[in-house]
Amino acid sequence: MSECCERKPAGESGLGTTCCEGARPADSSVPTSEAAPRTTAKYIIIGFLALGIWWMVYQGLSPFAKWFTFSLLALSPGSRLTSAVEFFVFEAPKVLMLLTLVVFAVGIVRSFFTPERARRILAGKRESAGNALASFLGVVTPFCSCSAVPLFIGFVTSGVPLGVTFSFLVSAPMVNEIALVLLYSLFGWKIAAIYAGTGLAIAMISGWVIGRLGMESHVEEWVYAVPGGGDEGADSPDVSWRDRIRSGLDSVRDIVGKVWPYVVAGIAVGAAIHGYVPENFMAGIMGAGAWWSVPLAVLIGIPMYSNAAGIIPVVQALLGKGAALGTVLAFMMSVIGLSLPEMIILRKVLKVRLIATFAGVVGVGILIVGYLFNALL
Amino acid sequence: MKIAILGTGCPKCKQTAEVVRRAVEQVGIEATIYKVEDIREIMMFKVMTTPAVAVDGQVRISGRVPTMDEVKALLSHGGTE
Repeated sequence: MSECCERKPAGESGLGTTCCEGARPADSSVPTSEAAPRTTAKYIIIGFLALGIWWMVYQGLSPFAKWFTFSLLALSPGSRLTSAVEFFVFEAPKVLMLLTLVVFAVGIVRSFFTPERARRILAGKRESAGNALASFLGVVTPFCSCSAVPLFIGFVTSGVPLGVTFSFLVSAPMVNEIALVLLYSLFGWKIAAIYAGTGLAIAMISGWVIGRLGMESHVEEWVYAVPGGGDEGADSPDVSWRDRIRSGLDSVRDIVGKVWPYVVAGIAVGAAIHGYVPENFMAGIMGAGAWWSVPLAVLIGIPMYSNAAGIIPVVQALLGKGAALGTVLAFMMSVIGLSLPEMIILRKVLKVRLIATFAGVVGVGILIVGYLFNALL
Repeated sequence: MKIAILGTGCPKCKQTAEVVRRAVEQVGIEATIYKVEDIREIMMFKVMTTPAVAVDGQVRISGRVPTMDEVKALLSHGGTE
């Protein structure tokens, strides 16, 4: 899912809906340039140049942060302020640069997938296999929680089983590119892989469980009255590379342009924690020893609505101060994957009991992940 | 020509409406622009992503704010095709 949904100031239009799909390639109905091959070559050359420049700048960040902190500001090594400043000056540009690169790449990957295509693949699929497939499609299909309602209806009315639809709805926000980039850049590939793996597992299993519970009658009746099928809208069969690159750039403008203040704010909070909170301060509250810390982290996470970009730098700082990994993962998943605004939006199509079941099943999944990692590590 | 802007009243839907309004003005054709904000009515157009633009009942753009040029192309080709 694109990190694109923001809660709107109350009163603007009732619910906190914000429509905001990530960029998509131009519709095939719109004539595009004829000189495609030559422009594509030009784009590729520019792309490589840009990548080279990106790499050189990225390599220079650490020396720059040191120079900035110790030479320009002349802060003495070892003080709290110094360590906070160095953390911020290094992490902020680093995370933003990684984010830009990955959002661009994901924008291109996503130009191959549309919700319409996901629906076509999933329609009529049996459960279990369908749940697994839906979880993966949830990751690569451009989607945001504010389109949850039309997407839900589109899926259910064209024969995608309810449980399979839920697998998609769970994995789309939880396993997203921004979360993965940040986890990778701040903690390394192992934690990023653990997060992706457990996130996918939760999506598959909770979708499967919801399917088993047979809660079709807890979907609002009018949903089933909506005419199903139909592939109208953006399913563009031949999109040129030029358009794909453009859609990558569009998503950078859209997503990075929107989340950068949260990233910077998150890193600033992270820097403050990094510099000023004593080592092992969090061990008592969020450490593995406190059994109640995992459920508490999940409960606190649900009403918090942040995107991955804002929450992960904070999470890194917490981990650095002795919080247990499982607790922190649970907190993150709960913040990103179980959002109150999304549930409110889904209320239009789901009855309260089904929403509660959905939150409950996913919540339990997150709890298990939390305890599991606290026990393992 | 009837142009429907589908969307639940979010900023992007408003932007879309604005782009369409300006495009219609610039192309200088007769068109009624109306917004469809009720989710049930939106679903009648079989879209899965909003904002969307439908010309004479047919969805032509969905899931993003269109560019001026796109809308102009749509308008000059009409709802035929």
